[in-house]
Amino acid sequence: MNKLLQNYSKEIKMIMAKYPEGQERAAVMPLIYLAQRNDNHVTKDELADIAEITGMSTTEVASIVGFYTLFYDEQEGKYRIQVCNDLPCALRGADEFLDELCENVGIKVGETTEDGLITIEGVKCLAGCHNAPMFQLQSPMGIEYHEKQTLETALELIKELRKMEGKNE
Amino acid sequence: MSKVAERILLRHRDIPGLKKFDIYMKDGGFKTFKKVVSKKQDQNEIKNIVHDSGLRGRGGAGFPTGLKWKFVDNNNWPHYLVVNADESEPGTFKDREIMQENPWQFLEGIMISAYAISANDIYIYLRGEFWEIAAQLDKQIKKLKKEGLLGENLFGTDYSLMIHTHLGAGAYICGEETALLESIEVKLGQPRLRPPFPPVVGLFGKPTVINNVETLANVALIVEKGSDWYSGIGTDKSAGTKVFSLSGRVKNPGNYELPMGTPFRTLIYELGGGIIDDRPIKAIMPAGASSSIIPVTEEVLDTPMDYESLPGVGGDLGSASVIIIDDTVDMPWLINKTMDFFKHESCGKCTPCREGTFWMHKLTERIQRGEGSAKDVELLLDVANQVSAKTICALGEFSKQAVITAIERFPQEFEDKVGEKISFGKTEG
Repeated sequence: MNKLLQNYSKEIKMIMAKYPEGQERAAVMPLIYLAQRNDNHVTKDELADIAEITGMSTTEVASIVGFYTLFYDEQEGKYRIQVCNDLPCALRGADEFLDELCENVGIKVGETTEDGLITIEGVKCLAGCHNAPMFQLQSPMGIEYHEKQTLETALELIKELRKMEGKNE
Repeated sequence: MSKVAERILLRHRDIPGLKKFDIYMKDGGFKTFKKVVSKKQDQNEIKNIVHDSGLRGRGGAGFPTGLKWKFVDNNNWPHYLVVNADESEPGTFKDREIMQENPWQFLEGIMISAYAISANDIYIYLRGEFWEIAAQLDKQIKKLKKEGLLGENLFGTDYSLMIHTHLGAGAYICGEETALLESIEVKLGQPRLRPPFPPVVGLFGKPTVINNVETLANVALIVEKGSDWYSGIGTDKSAGTKVFSLSGRVKNPGNYELPMGTPFRTLIYELGGGIIDDRPIKAIMPAGASSSIIPVTEEVLDTPMDYESLPGVGGDLGSASVIIIDDTVDMPWLINKTMDFFKHESCGKCTPCREGTFWMHKLTERIQRGEGSAKDVELLLDVANQVSAKTICALGEFSKQAVITAIERFPQEFEDKVGEKISFGKTEG
């Protein structure tokens, strides 16, 4: 039973329509995004589902997940705060911002909070160099940019996320 | 030199609300597209206008756009237009602003371009991080369909056109045009050997033109106003305006659209407000992390920013992502940052780049920690030189640019860091 196809039949139909006949494998990346929508990572079952839909092998799909940095095959934080600390941002204090933020949250760079909610990590250039420090928030809802950040604004966001999750429980 | 000449790409800063469809329409929006399609204007005529305008690719390579279009193989169908919106070079953030704030002009530009190369499908390849922009574009594409500007048999002709967005997922290499094609086809995002070039064998094996967002955002106005209008802006060989992304140790970082040939001084001091805390400027990286590092002199500040002048001061214009380095920044630290980037982004296909970036990063890390010796710096330079010209795509080439120029142009900083004299020219394998 292809669960992915069952859960997202309408979306998958739309995705497949974007590409010419015989090129179904082009839909793999959008399908991985779809699979990640649930909990920000792709499970083994979902890999198999995607393989079946696109006529690829599971290993091939897994290699795509491994190649790209926005795809994950392991469960980490539901929300990922990805701070750019590449050269231009680092010239405007991004490294210090990242360290301070992690320290305040009580984790090391790259780690996840105990409640499993938030991972904070350093990433490569996000094309927001003029608004450093900045980060993207990757969540089940998608990716959202947060620019011209301070420790205070970032901590405020984390507080909001926690509040939101508490309400949902 | 006037501060702001005519803006073409960032017109939204002059026309409030240009992001809204109605306001873009009021400003003459899609008139040019409608005209060329409904009058069935000869495709070669449009290619010639763009060719004669002197427009060159804004993704970094500066290849003449019209010429690229003329290479499209007319004996093999269908044709595709692929828009490179993978903007990932550290220091570059211009395409983001164009798509976000001036989307309709961008869309009209790609639609006219597709018509010119007889393509019925456009794929916009956006880096995965531009998720919000892709969602916005999807809505705008829907709107264009509703307005009858996209779809089958446009304006009663036999021409049909559709636009699709396609999200990458975090890989700098996919900005390289053939890796981008591989990525859409969902092979690993790794570059292809050329020839054949994409205008002959491109997406799904069909003739394909790949152009940068900024390049194509010029097209609607060039076709409307003519090639003479565009070639009259900028310099003889570098026509038009360019969006310069200014970042680093400068007071007012941001995008500035200026005629090609504007000197660095205008960008950095007049518009950028000068260096943070009015400190001395030390170096410029004019083309992002892939850039050579140019030590700043008065002569450099007066150098016109265009494709022809930059090599004269030891650099390249590239995508014009101008990163400013002041005297607080150490070169060993800086190249450790750029190497960290390239090691992470090397796709692994070519051994010299995969291994070279890995070992160069190990060395820069050691030197930066203060644990390096003169031998490490010499070895680093040696590895960098050996990566050169041995890879399929330019990433390998880019990775060694900052390393070599930092060591050669700022040797003192490395000697101070390792505490001994570095000997140049003596390279061991």
